[in-house]
Amino acid sequence: MTDTLVDSSPLRVVEVGQRYGRKWALRGCSFELRPGAVTALVGPNGAGKSTLMAAAAGLLRPTQGRIEVQGEVVTASPSHPDLGYLAQDKPLYRQYRVREMLEIGRHLNARWDAAHADALVDAANLDRDQRVGTLSGGQRTRLALALVLARRPRVLLLDEPLADLDPLARLEVQQTLMTEVVDTGMTVLMSSHILGEIAELCEDLLVMVGGSITLSGVIDTVLAQHRVLVGPGTGPDGLDFLPEGSVVEVQRAARQTTVLVDRPVGPLPIGWSSSDPTLEEIVVAYLRGGGQGTGR
Amino acid sequence: MIEFRIDRRAGLPTYLQIVQQTRQALLLGRLRVGDQLPTAREVVASTGINPNTVLKAYRELDREGLVETRVGAGTFVIAAPGRAVAAQESEAGEALGAWLRQAKASGLDRAEVEALTKAWIEDIYRGER
Repeated sequence: MTDTLVDSSPLRVVEVGQRYGRKWALRGCSFELRPGAVTALVGPNGAGKSTLMAAAAGLLRPTQGRIEVQGEVVTASPSHPDLGYLAQDKPLYRQYRVREMLEIGRHLNARWDAAHADALVDAANLDRDQRVGTLSGGQRTRLALALVLARRPRVLLLDEPLADLDPLARLEVQQTLMTEVVDTGMTVLMSSHILGEIAELCEDLLVMVGGSITLSGVIDTVLAQHRVLVGPGTGPDGLDFLPEGSVVEVQRAARQTTVLVDRPVGPLPIGWSSSDPTLEEIVVAYLRGGGQGTGR
Repeated sequence: MIEFRIDRRAGLPTYLQIVQQTRQALLLGRLRVGDQLPTAREVVASTGINPNTVLKAYRELDREGLVETRVGAGTFVIAAPGRAVAAQESEAGEALGAWLRQAKASGLDRAEVEALTKAWIEDIYRGER
C-alpha cells in the first residue's frame, strides 16, 4: 500500500482521531487502499475498526484528521456516491418485504442500478414477497449486499460481512463479492477475524490495534519480509545483534528465545536459526501489541 | 475443462493449490495442449476466492512454460509434461492399478499403501526430483 501513487488511492485516511468523551476510539490512524485491491482490516474487538468504517462512510465526523474517497474529503452524509458501506448489523427494516427494500433503495439513492439489484436478488433465490425479518442470516446478508452493490460503488467497506454465516451462505456471499470485484475492479476493505478467510479473499492487510494501524502492506510482501528467529535463552542484551526497531515481538522460555522481526536480518549468531512465519503468526504478534515501537 | 477445488484447511497457499492441480491434470493427461483453463471469473464464481489469486497461479504456470495467456481470449495449455506412457490407462498405469487392487484385497489399508509406495519411490527415485 505504501508503493501506490499518492493521488490515486480510492480511500485515504490521514491522521484520523475520533474521540468519545475522554476516550480515543481512533488515534493517529493513517493508511491508504490500493486501487482494485481487497484489503483485510484485522484487529481485536474495540480496536476502532467499526468506528473507522463509519467515519469513512460519513456517519461520524472525525475529531482530527481527514478521510478522502476518490480524492474528495468525506464530509457528513450523504456519503460519497462512489462509496458503499455495509455495517456489521446489516441494517434492514425487518417488517418490510424484499420488494419494498428494493423500492426504498431505488428512492434513497441517486445512482441505482435496478437491473443489477434484481439480478443479485434472483441469484440469491430471494422471494420478493417475503418479509426481511423472516429471512435467514445468509439471505439477509445477500439482500443487504444487493442493496449496496446496486449503488455501483467504486469503494466498498464491509464490516465483518461473513460473521455468523453458515459455510454454504459464506461461500455464496464470497462468490457474489469476488465476482463483483472481477467485473467492476472495485476496491474493497473488509474487517474479519478469520485468518483463513483473509488468506482466500484479501491481497492486502491492515492490522489495527488501539485505534491506529500497526501493520499495513501487501500480504505476500508482509510474509516475505517478516522472519521468525529462534535461539537460546537470552537476557535483554542478548538481542543486540538485531537492527534497531526491527523486533515485533519477543517470547522467552527457559532455554529458548523466539523473535519475530519485520525485515531480513544479517548473519545470525551461533545457535540462532531463521524461518518463514505464517500469516497467523505475524497477525497474532501484532494483535498482541507487537510492532508499536516497544522495541526489545 | 478443469475445475479447481480449494481446500481451506490445506495450509498450502491458494494460488499454489491451483498451480499443483493444473500440473497434476497435465501429468495425468486430463488437460492437453490447446485446452483452455477456466477464466478468473469462472474460478471465482465457483470457489469465491480472490480473482488475483487465480491470475497469480496462471502467471506462475506461464513462467513454467505450461500455459499462455492470450489477451481477450483466455489462458491455454501450450505444453503438457504428461506423456501417454504415464496415463492411468497405460501399461505402467494398468500394472500399478492391478498391484493396488491386489494390495487392497490382501488387507492393506490406504495409509499403509501410501507409506509403502512412498518408501519405494524414495528408494528408487533417490536423488531425482
